Amino acid sequence: MAVPRRSKPTLLLLLLLSLFASSSLAIATGNGGGYSINGRVKIPGFGAKGFGLPVKANNAKVILNGGQQVTFLKPDGYFSFHNVPAGTHLIEVVVIGYFFSPVRVDVSARNPGKIQAALTETRRGLNELVLEPLKEQQYYEIREPFNIMSIVKSPMGLMIGFMVVVVFLMPKLVENMDPEEIRKAQEEMRNQGVPSLANLMPGAGAGGGRSN
Amino acid sequence: MAMAIKLSLILLLCLSSLLAPSFSLFEDQVGLMDWHQRYIGKVKHAVFHTQKAGRKRVLVSTEENVIASLDLRRGEIFWRHVLGPNDVVDKIDIALGKYVITLSSEGSILRAWNLPDGQMVWESFLSGSKYSKALLTVPSNLKVDLDSPIFVYSGGCLHAISSIDGEYLWKKDFAIESSVDVHQLILSGGSDVVHAVGVTDSSQFDTYEIDVKNGGLLKHTSASFPGGVYGEILPVSGDRFVVLDASRSVVLLITVNNGATHLQQTHVSDLIHGSSENTVILPSKLSGIFSLRTDSCIVFVKVTDEGKLNVMEKVDKTVVVSDALALSEGEQAFALVQQGDSKIELSVRLVHDMSSNHLKETVKMDHERGFVHKIFINNYVRTDRSHGFRALIVMEDHSLLLLQQGEIVWTRDDGLASVIDVTTSELPVEKIGVSVAKVEHSLFEWLKGHMLKLKGTLMLATPDEVAAIQQIRLQSSQKNKMTRDHNGFRKLLILLTRAGKLYALHTGNGRVVWSTLLQSLRTTSQQQCAGLKLRQWQVPHHHALDNNPSVLVVGRCGLSLTSPSALSIVDAYTGKELQNLGPAEHSTVQVITLPFRDSTEQQLHLLIDADKRAHLYPTTPEAASIFQRESENVYWYSVESEAGILRGYGVKKTHSSEYSFEARNLWSIVFPAESEKIIATVTRKPNEVVHTQAKVIADEDVMYKYISKNMVFVATVSPKASGPIGSATPDESVLVVYLIDTVTGRILHRMTHLGSQGPVHAVLSENWVVYHYFNLRAHRYEMSVIEIYDQSRAENKDVLKLIVGKHNLTTPVSSYSRPEVTTKSQSYFFTHSVKAISVSSTAKGITSKHLLIGTIGDQVLALDKRFVDPRRSLNPTQAEKEEGLLPLTDALPIIPQSYVTHAFKVEGLRGIETIPAKLESTSLVFAYGVDLFYTRIAPSKTYDSLTEDFNYALLLLTIVALVIAIFVTWVLSERKDLQDKWR
Repeated sequence: MAVPRRSKPTLLLLLLLSLFASSSLAIATGNGGGYSINGRVKIPGFGAKGFGLPVKANNAKVILNGGQQVTFLKPDGYFSFHNVPAGTHLIEVVVIGYFFSPVRVDVSARNPGKIQAALTETRRGLNELVLEPLKEQQYYEIREPFNIMSIVKSPMGLMIGFMVVVVFLMPKLVENMDPEEIRKAQEEMRNQGVPSLANLMPGAGAGGGRSN
Repeated sequence: MAMAIKLSLILLLCLSSLLAPSFSLFEDQVGLMDWHQRYIGKVKHAVFHTQKAGRKRVLVSTEENVIASLDLRRGEIFWRHVLGPNDVVDKIDIALGKYVITLSSEGSILRAWNLPDGQMVWESFLSGSKYSKALLTVPSNLKVDLDSPIFVYSGGCLHAISSIDGEYLWKKDFAIESSVDVHQLILSGGSDVVHAVGVTDSSQFDTYEIDVKNGGLLKHTSASFPGGVYGEILPVSGDRFVVLDASRSVVLLITVNNGATHLQQTHVSDLIHGSSENTVILPSKLSGIFSLRTDSCIVFVKVTDEGKLNVMEKVDKTVVVSDALALSEGEQAFALVQQGDSKIELSVRLVHDMSSNHLKETVKMDHERGFVHKIFINNYVRTDRSHGFRALIVMEDHSLLLLQQGEIVWTRDDGLASVIDVTTSELPVEKIGVSVAKVEHSLFEWLKGHMLKLKGTLMLATPDEVAAIQQIRLQSSQKNKMTRDHNGFRKLLILLTRAGKLYALHTGNGRVVWSTLLQSLRTTSQQQCAGLKLRQWQVPHHHALDNNPSVLVVGRCGLSLTSPSALSIVDAYTGKELQNLGPAEHSTVQVITLPFRDSTEQQLHLLIDADKRAHLYPTTPEAASIFQRESENVYWYSVESEAGILRGYGVKKTHSSEYSFEARNLWSIVFPAESEKIIATVTRKPNEVVHTQAKVIADEDVMYKYISKNMVFVATVSPKASGPIGSATPDESVLVVYLIDTVTGRILHRMTHLGSQGPVHAVLSENWVVYHYFNLRAHRYEMSVIEIYDQSRAENKDVLKLIVGKHNLTTPVSSYSRPEVTTKSQSYFFTHSVKAISVSSTAKGITSKHLLIGTIGDQVLALDKRFVDPRRSLNPTQAEKEEGLLPLTDALPIIPQSYVTHAFKVEGLRGIETIPAKLESTSLVFAYGVDLFYTRIAPSKTYDSLTEDFNYALLLLTIVALVIAIFVTWVLSERKDLQDKWR
């Protein structure tokens, strides 16, 4: 158990702790029929800063077998369950904002002091019971920062864009055309009895004209 | 031309915007349609921390296994921890002025928490040899640096634990030498001796003096009294103790002097003239005084130096007495609370001067809070150096109040931490001409509100009034109105709590609209009452629109199943108890809501008692005649988990009285006791709506769902595997699930999961059931789905038959017919343990469903039903992909954004209730535990309404821009026309 870059009192305390918990982190001791499971929860990004867990981890819980026992983390992330019978157990860590894999823990009755642990999600075995989150969890959608493109891309923006095109570019197109051809085309349209929607245009125009 | 293109483009855009994915929740949307309330439960112990300057707080432990630090000024929670369900808090105290010490799990776990932020500092496990009462003694008057041990008596041993790091110092096992049961630990200040006082075989009184340093036994004295003792030994002064004898009629005064123990007997009847039944000594720990409570009164008895007992005062037995509070000059004070009608009288007395009240205050109290159950007092020094007192009181409805200077400083409705059952009620319809005031305000208040608003607009209002106007605006803002809304989002959530109080919460912001302490469910000295079920009683629809809706509360008075039941009907708008039918002469084990209503829209209910007799409510001749007509179609079933039997019942023709009916056993299924034990049964929600029976699958094929309201899902495990995980090996645990028709007892489907065990959580809806269990072989949780289809209708595919009319599509779904059914099933891994599963429900059942999974982390996860579709395959065909079938994965995905509780936790989650809104796309979700959480979800997105964050400004802007553009183009074309004509 290496303890790099820690202040002296912390180191002492940790040494004391490690003495208390013997050499391995996960140790089972016969104790009135039950065993103890000791482990540690590590949340990356905070361990480096020193002693203490983030405020977020303040409400961290470690749960044995879906609620049979619930325990909390010490400031250095250690936790322990006592009076656990021999068998295969499941440990879950609950910290808001992090996703932890449940851990399968085998407490051996024949061989006290031996505990086998494996993450159930990834089926990865653990040498010592140090639990780290698989990933951080973000509960909210991240709102896109304001940019002009999102407005342009929205239905409204597209409509405005289309309008601009129609208003400013269409007359230009019409101007470039031969007036004769336009007249011809218009006459053709009138003769052919254009779709009803197209009829609306001169109608609207006439109405407007009257009000003038 | 351009217009035509434009129109088609608009249509296209509208369509595309519908198809675009709408996301779950942005951080700034929190609180728009959800609310979260944090509670702690009924307070058991309270310790004040007010010595130092800075934030004053009170530390409490509750019956919901919560320890919390509350702000003494406003009652808010600084920090809170919810311990495990078996981790009951025994004692709480403060050590070194900076740690909160809790003793829990029958004295086997000692924890220290950092006082400011609630971080756990250390934890010690104390192992004992036998069960005993847990005692905790924390030395109080010491310097912070000095490490003085904490003494814990539990499991028959005395433990000394360092208060700084929780290290084990020594242990003294009393159980080795004798079977002494220690009642008190006394640590006299400054000395190196801890005194343990106890009783051996309830006939010998023992005192031990133990060295604080090493746990060595210094002195042991004992004296026997053949009468035996009742209850606990209580210290009166340093060397005097009192205890009751086994007959509860004699007070024993024990004096320990120079190693000799002297006993002195006094009859209770000599102290209290008159009846002295059920005498107990109250554990008040006053110096030189003890208090006795009998059926008639409470007496305070002073023990003089000569060992004489003098009765000082006699008060009413309803008075609640606080523990002693040590004041600065070695003086002690305690508080008494006397209950009056809609007020309480708080008086504080000093031990040295019992004759007069040091302080007497009368506080007005809402009588809906019931009696005072507990009181804790604390003092503060006023500016004139005299003592002021504040009192924390716990009421019958589990609420917590702080009294100071004759006023209620704050209240907490902590009864809401123990919700038993939930139902909803529609709000009143907003009528034209009739103001909203009909429900929420009296006319005067309504007028006053409008006057205030008028003042506000005329700039005449004072700051206080401005605040009041803001309050009114908040109240009348769209989501908090007290009337029915078009979308059906505004409703009343009616909650029944363990204290027997009924609350109505508005779904808009979660405020309490009314609350009623039900008289029929109040626990009295004779009997203990508790609520069981809450049902909708009257839902006015067509005929009785003028009536308010009402709810039926069914409770039980007594602890056994055969205890008489209490019924009451409560108005859902006002909370008034309309009818109190209790205590009824029969018991209640099952409440069945029948699908029949009488002419006043009252729902018919059947209450099944312990003798399998059915009682009909309401007890009106009309209801009886409706029931007589339909009685042949009334069936129910009962689950006897212990015996492993499922029984189906119908109503016998012969009835014992007009409203009670004998049941006839129709069928029973007996599970073999040696291999199967029932651990879960789940049925469909009775009010669930199914849109269509047909399910169109790929290749335009049709499958017919087997939709029966009479289906029950039963899960059994092998008896060995009924314990927690880790207690059984995979080979000896088998999980068997059944789908059973409850009318005929026909087993529709049976499935075995080898190597699996409980706990099983399941939800049954439409034609499918989803259940969660533990797979021991993979050592992971699994979720399985079973879908059941009606095979007899599968031949209706032939078009020719349909035309000719040879189809059976119009035959009703009935349990009497025995159609061929087929099932499809699939299993997936699921990461977390589960506390509750529910499913979203919508008004018409068209919208797709979401499973709502309450995880072990007290969060609620919404999982699309498409993920648990048994037709998923590894490589779906093109047609299946188009249908929306997802490729098969071994585990169900957990997408953080689909947690409906987002960053909140519903601590101690117990249930999830879903209520359909009027808007088809939306379902209302209410999750309850120690906390309450409400939100609304749209499983298929809000396809029938605009989202909350719809940008109306942009829409308006676009319309304006379009209108301007039309005019511009029109002017331009006009001008062009003119030019053309001039040419």
